[in-house]
Amino acid sequence: MASRIILFILGFIAWALLNWVPDWQHMVIGIFVSAFVAYMTGDFFVKRTHLLTHPRRYLWFLYYVPVFIWECLKANIDVAYRVIHPDLPIHPGIVKVKTSLRSDVALTFLSNSITLTPGTLTVDVDKEKGFLYVHWIEVRHKDVEKATKIVVERFENILKRIFEE
Amino acid sequence: MINTIGLVFISIGLFFDFIGCLGLVRLPDVYNRLQASTKCITLGTCSILFGAFLIQGVTAFGIKALLCMMFLLLTSPVSAHALARGAHKSGVKLWERSVVDKYGEDGN
Repeated sequence: MASRIILFILGFIAWALLNWVPDWQHMVIGIFVSAFVAYMTGDFFVKRTHLLTHPRRYLWFLYYVPVFIWECLKANIDVAYRVIHPDLPIHPGIVKVKTSLRSDVALTFLSNSITLTPGTLTVDVDKEKGFLYVHWIEVRHKDVEKATKIVVERFENILKRIFEE
Repeated sequence: MINTIGLVFISIGLFFDFIGCLGLVRLPDVYNRLQASTKCITLGTCSILFGAFLIQGVTAFGIKALLCMMFLLLTSPVSAHALARGAHKSGVKLWERSVVDKYGEDGN
C-alpha cells in the first residue's frame, strides 16, 4: 500500500510538471490518471519502503549527484579525445568486475553510473554471484580485482550507503 | 546574461552531439560505437535541454525541458545496456584488436 501511495505522488508530480502552469481541470484528470496507474502497477515500484524514512540516505544521494555529474563530464571529454585523435587510441575489451551490492535498485544505479562514466559500458549483470561484465574502451587491467578497483569503487561506497540495508 | 549562459550550454551540447555522431562513424564495432553514442549524446542533449531551460525560465517550455532531461538520464544507459547485451547474445563479434572478452569466456 505504501508503495502505491509513493507512486501516486510521484506520478502526480510528473503530471503537474508536464501540464505546467497548473489549473484545476488538468489537476483533476491528473488525480484520476495517477490513481489508476498507481492501482495497476504500484506493487512493483518500491519493495522496501522503510528505507525511505532514513534522512541520511537523502543526504548521501545529494552527495552522489555532483560526483556523478563530474564523472559524466570527464567521460565525455575522454571519449571526445579518443574520437578526434587521428590514431584512434583505443584498446577495447570486456572485463569482469565484482560488486557487493545486492538489491535491484542499487545494481541498476551502479550499472547506469558505470555506463555514463569514462570508457565503460555495462553489458550484463550476474546477480547471484555479484559480477558485472563491463565493456571498457581502454583496458588497463584484465584482472578482476584491479579492474574492480578502478571501475566500481568510485560509486559503490556511496550507493551502498544510499540503497543497501 | 542568462541568455548568453543558455547559448553557451546549447553550443557545448551541439559540440558533444557532433562528437557522438563522429564516434558512430569512426569507431570500429558495436560496443565502442555504443560507448561514444551513449555518453556524448546523453550529455550533449541534456546540455541543450538545460540551455533551453535557462533561456525560457520556469515556463511550460522550460519545465518540460527539465523533465525530459531527467528521463533521458534515467533511460539512455538502460537502452545502451540492452543493446550491448542483445548484440553479444546474438553473436556479434568484438573488434579483432580487442584485448579480452571475459563475457564470452564465461560462456554467455
